[in-house]
Amino acid sequence: MTTQSSTEYEKYYVPEKSKLAVCATIGLILSTFGAASVMNDMTFGDGATTGSWGIFWFGLFFFSATLFGWFRMAIKENRAGLNSAQLKKSYVLGMFWFIFSEVMFFLAFFGALFYVRTLVGPWLAGEGEGGRMNHLLWEGFNYQWPMPLTPQEAVGGVANQPVANMGTFQSYEQSMAFGEAAAWYLWLPMWNTIVLLSSSFTVHVAHMGLLDGNKRKFNIWLGITVALGMLFVALQALEYYEAYAHFGLTLNSGIYGSTFFMLTGFHGFHVVMGMTMLLIQWLRSVRGGHFTADDHFGFEASSWYWHFVDVVWVFLFLFVYIL
Amino acid sequence: MGDHHHGPAKGLSRWLFTTNHKDIGTMYLWFSFSMFILGGAFAMIIRAELFQPGMQLVEPAFFNQMTTLHGLVMVFGAIMPSFVGLANWMIPMMIGAPDMALPRMNNWSFWILPPAFLILAGTLFMEGGAPNFGWTFYAPLSTTYAPPSVTYFIFSIHVLGLSSIMGSINIIATVMNMRAPGMTYMKMPLFVWTWLITAFLLVAVMPVLAGAVTMMLMDIHFGTSFFSAAGGGDPVLFQHIFWFFGHPEVYIIILPAFGVVSQIIPTFARKPLFGYDSMVYATAAIAFLSFIVWAHHMYTVGMPVAGELFFMYATMLIAVPTGVKVFNWVTTMWRGAMTFETPMLFCMGFLVLFTIGGFTGLMLSIAPADFQYHDSYFVVAHFHYVMVAGAVFSMSAAVYYWLPKWCGRMYSETMGKTHFWISFIGFNIAFFPQHFVGLAGMPRRIPDYALQFADFNMMSSIGAFIYGASQILFLYNVVATIVAGKPTSEAKTWEGAEGLEWTVATPAPYHTFETPPQVR
Ligand code: HEM
Ligand SMILES: [Cu+2]
Repeated sequence: MTTQSSTEYEKYYVPEKSKLAVCATIGLILSTFGAASVMNDMTFGDGATTGSWGIFWFGLFFFSATLFGWFRMAIKENRAGLNSAQLKKSYVLGMFWFIFSEVMFFLAFFGALFYVRTLVGPWLAGEGEGGRMNHLLWEGFNYQWPMPLTPQEAVGGVANQPVANMGTFQSYEQSMAFGEAAAWYLWLPMWNTIVLLSSSFTVHVAHMGLLDGNKRKFNIWLGITVALGMLFVALQALEYYEAYAHFGLTLNSGIYGSTFFMLTGFHGFHVVMGMTMLLIQWLRSVRGGHFTADDHFGFEASSWYWHFVDVVWVFLFLFVYIL
Repeated sequence: MGDHHHGPAKGLSRWLFTTNHKDIGTMYLWFSFSMFILGGAFAMIIRAELFQPGMQLVEPAFFNQMTTLHGLVMVFGAIMPSFVGLANWMIPMMIGAPDMALPRMNNWSFWILPPAFLILAGTLFMEGGAPNFGWTFYAPLSTTYAPPSVTYFIFSIHVLGLSSIMGSINIIATVMNMRAPGMTYMKMPLFVWTWLITAFLLVAVMPVLAGAVTMMLMDIHFGTSFFSAAGGGDPVLFQHIFWFFGHPEVYIIILPAFGVVSQIIPTFARKPLFGYDSMVYATAAIAFLSFIVWAHHMYTVGMPVAGELFFMYATMLIAVPTGVKVFNWVTTMWRGAMTFETPMLFCMGFLVLFTIGGFTGLMLSIAPADFQYHDSYFVVAHFHYVMVAGAVFSMSAAVYYWLPKWCGRMYSETMGKTHFWISFIGFNIAFFPQHFVGLAGMPRRIPDYALQFADFNMMSSIGAFIYGASQILFLYNVVATIVAGKPTSEAKTWEGAEGLEWTVATPAPYHTFETPPQVR
């Protein structure tokens, strides 16, 4: 069935033994174990400190240091010419499917949002096939989105709640939706959209520069992209501050607060990750002189990630803020 | 890098730091077997308590922890990693690749599993006990009413998910990028095909599971109300998200098993697989359909009638591609020159018992009938027919089939056949009666039961003990083979076997296909 053919085959680089995986495991497990302990101390603990913060930070530090070393090594290997065209394609595939998995993660949260808005809300208010229990459970609850008044409050608070439930879910004064802002130019999400969309554009310009072999253009436009990313994060932080300090909108504000903060929060977290990735590429280019017109996967992967984060934002803007 | 024809390193560092797909595959396989034993021990406790009506051995609270951990350990610790181990060992050898596409990440995917399970099993010793809400961890049992250990459970699920996602990305990259020249997609062995599709499923649904446990975490610790109607959320939302993951998950479990069976049956029927193309399309169809049937697990939650109908018809549709597969396997054997070595016996057992499980699935898919069956022992019988007699039997078949290639020694055929027959008989004694008690109304996940169920439950327990004991024989047989089996150096262990893995030396050298073969 087969014959050996070694003609003009570029060797696929299979790395030697490596300590990276074990170190990354130690870091990951300690940080997740630490995080779980921190949360349990907070929610179920008696106030005694168990050193869980220490475990968490140590694990996180160890993990980050390992990842740093890992990427460093991958970059070195590439610069040493070990990576065949085939291996590079493996990296491309890896990055693509990683981003796909991230898309599915967001889909879970968007799915929750759609389900709540189109089905749960009306049912709780007694509409449709799912609404038959309204008079027993949430009499007087009216559904609207955003949801300023939770079912719990509609029946007069925790004490009047016919079924046991965890937590108190308070109302808020103002949502983040379009039209609730004092003036259109004070509506932060619009500025955020402008900032993030332009950053997708600038990163594209940087890429064009690199493809032309114009490193100066690349460095400048990539720098601008990172700066725009930082601006976005700052604006987002400002929005959160406003929500908590002035609007009374918190994680406790019922399902509107839950979906709002989780969707924008995870998106913001991904922006920070993408920005860090781009910043590292920028440093590599400016300080280390990395990247040529035909070899710049580190940058390309980061920029795909950035576009992905951008697309997620477009959906957020549409479904969380506008509609 | 240096010289390429080197063997493994010595000592523990070989396993800790390895980048070799065979080493990693071996670790996955042993790890999954140890989880199989652990999950099996939990099952023995369950069956011992259910041996007689009344409460004898354990507290109800502990019983709940056992059903929960048994399910979680078997699904995430035994079955899934065992097939990942098989993928690691076989896929590079089947497509003529030097290794997996991303070898260091491959090692990482494995090494995060053992500590994650250590944490999960460690919850047994925590205050408030281990998770007790069933392997499906429905809210609010798993949120409002959960023991504090739920937080550790959530994080271990995160880590397991990460492992699966990285493992699947690796498999996808390997299959799409590392095939030898001439190994076109439609020439790939079916095991490779089914794993490729499984990997797509995993990358698509593990993140959704991560989303579900994240929402739980937020509800428990940070005051959100995803699964609390008081805040405008809905406990049923949890079930939707969970089963959007959960139903594809059952195909994640069974598709690689389909692949294994599709490799083994042609070998011992000495005929090429019947309908290769239709097998590939059927697998893809099953994978696609698996995304739109999840609510067949939720017929009784009060969905609108339109939903019930949609999910009922969509679920029934899955029987079509599944039927295509069963038809093809049977037709492959038709007029073949059949012999019945241990791997083949396990495949035949698979075929018969999986088909029974498929039929009970079809019964369950009928929404109005499921109102009666739901959460009864009938469901337990159904999914043990597909998961144990499906996935686990095919895994045993795979081990016997490739063990000589892996270690260059032949297992004891007598002991293998004994293992099969005891497993087969024990399995059926354990699970067939569960259909009857289920139809008669015995609920699942309950430590005590009404007297009329006593006889069948005692049978069930006896069968379970037999099945459990037969796995010790399996372990013994495998260890005895590795240590002192009859050496064999024939490249082709089975005369009817086809495929690249049978062209390399036996035992398979540490590195294979460093230069790719030319496939014609
Ligand atoms: C012909 C194909 C199949 C059909 C139509 C089918 C249908 C169903 C239905 C309707 C249920 C829900 C029963 C209930 O809770 O009332 C169910 C449960 C289940 N099925 Fe299947 N099934 C099929 C194949 C499989 C396969 C191949 C597997 C796994 C290898 C599997 C694993 C399970 C599991 C684990 C459960 C129970 C989940 C739980 O509640 O814990 N099924 N099946
Ligand atoms: Cu299902």
